[in-house]
Parts: sequence; C-alpha cells; structure tokens
Amino acid sequence: MIIHALFFYLFAGVTVASAAMVIFSRNPVHSVLFLILAFVNAAGLFVLIGAEFLAWILIIVYVGAVAVLFLFVVMMLDVDFAELRQGFLNYLPIGGVIGIILCAELLSVVLVYVIGPDVGKAITAPIPAANQISNTQALGLVLYTRYVYFFQAAGVILLVAMIGAIVLTLQHKPNVKRQSIASQVARNKASAIEVVKVKTGQGVS
Amino acid sequence: MTIGLGHYLAVGAILFTIGIMGIFLNRKNVIVILMSIELILLAVNINLVAFSVFLGDIVGQVYALIVLTVAAAESAIGLAILVAYFRNRGSIAVEDINLMKG
Repeated sequence: MIIHALFFYLFAGVTVASAAMVIFSRNPVHSVLFLILAFVNAAGLFVLIGAEFLAWILIIVYVGAVAVLFLFVVMMLDVDFAELRQGFLNYLPIGGVIGIILCAELLSVVLVYVIGPDVGKAITAPIPAANQISNTQALGLVLYTRYVYFFQAAGVILLVAMIGAIVLTLQHKPNVKRQSIASQVARNKASAIEVVKVKTGQGVS
Repeated sequence: MTIGLGHYLAVGAILFTIGIMGIFLNRKNVIVILMSIELILLAVNINLVAFSVFLGDIVGQVYALIVLTVAAAESAIGLAILVAYFRNRGSIAVEDINLMKG
C-alpha cells in the first residue's frame, strides 16, 4: 500500500510540476515537451487507478499525435516568441489572484465532499472485478453495445475535424501548372490535329 | 496513507487551476492558450476517471474517451486555423485578431 501511495505522489507531483512549466517556460518548444511529460505522468495516474485502456489511449493520442502536432506547428511558424511573452508580468497579479481563489474553492470542495447515499443505486454499468475481465474488455463491452451511437458520433467528430483541417490548410497556388485529366480525355481528332495543305516551295507561314 | 478519491480530485483541481492561469498569463500566445485548454481537459478527464473507478461505474471512462476525442479534434482544428491565420497575416498575436469586432 505504501508503494501505491509513493507512486501516486510521484506521478501527481511530476504532472503538476510539468503543467506549471507548460505555462511558465519561456520557449514554446519547452512548453510542448513539458506538456508531453504531463500527459505521460497523467497516464501513469490512470494506470495506478486501474484505467489502463485510457492510459494507453492518452499516450497514443496525446503524446503520439496532438503533442507532435503542437511541436510541428511551433517549429513551422516563424514567430518571435519573446515578443509574444511581453505583458506576462502585467497579467501575473490578476492571473495569480484568480488562480489562488479558484484553487482554494476547488480544493475546499474536494475536502468537504460527501458521496450521497443514493449514488450506488444510479450506477448504469458496474465495473466488473479486475480478475475476471480486463479494463479494455470491460470498456469495449459497454462502448460497442450501449454507447455505440456515442462511439459513432466520436468518429463523425474526428472525420469533420480531419476534413476541416485539410480544407483550412490546403492551398492552391495559381501559378502552378497542374495536370487536367478531364481536358486530356476530352481531346479528339478534330481538336488535336490540323491538316494543312502546303504548297511546294512556300512552306507553312 | 491510502490514496482515495479526494487525492485524485485534488490533482484534477490543481491541474484545472494551472490551465486557467495559463490562459490569463499568456494572453498573447495562442499556442500556449491551446496547450492550457489541453491541460484543462486533462484535469476533467482525471476527475471523470477517478469518479468512475471509485463509484464503480465504467460509464465515466466511456465519457472520458469521448472527451479525449473532442479534445484531439479541437486541437487539430485550432492549429489548422492558427496556420491559416499566420499565412494570411504573418502574426499569431491575440491582439491582432480583431478583424471581426464589427
């Protein structure tokens, strides 16, 4: 049990520290790398709590895709990030006050919460015992049956996001010559060849 | 020394606060604002998974999966808008994005 607590504090501490470094570090590339560290440690927390499937999805989706996308955009845009950082100290007082108030309120909720007596009756899909069935299988058993429409809706959201990203970033340059298959196929003998009668000694003008 | 629901909720609360503070502090840098939104969604996911496990209801994890999907779609669209905007204006400062203020 002590090792469980030890790992919890390790993962939680590194997650919070690297999340703080995401917003405080000067270089946005460092911010993205700290974001990756925060997500990996949050995945560790998920493994610790017994949600292995979400932990691996977090690593694959966030570290593998989203964070790399962030890194790609940060490196691709030629922006003076030192200029963007100006005003950081101006906003520090109000940001700090709001952060402290919000954190105090949320933590006071955490300290005094009570789980209502009727919550146990409202459970829709109980988690099976871990020695019978794995977390991934248990999740799949409800995701593909009772919540299949939510699953499909998630797929549609991803499709819309993919098409939207392509439409937003694809650009057609007007001065690039492209192959036009339709006009190639539509050529026939009348439009492609011209028969000219050449008089001897005069040539084609 | 046992780690209960409150510990995970505290981690979620602190992460959420850090995300909100990131939006306030980096008012000019859209990329850090997008990263702060990712942190906020991560905090929400930690809360959902913690409640799911400690109340014994797996639907919370299904919901966390949906939140993850929406977060990925949101960041992809946000970064695409950022790239398109940078191509047009040559800047990503938030104060310059006021063309549609009327």
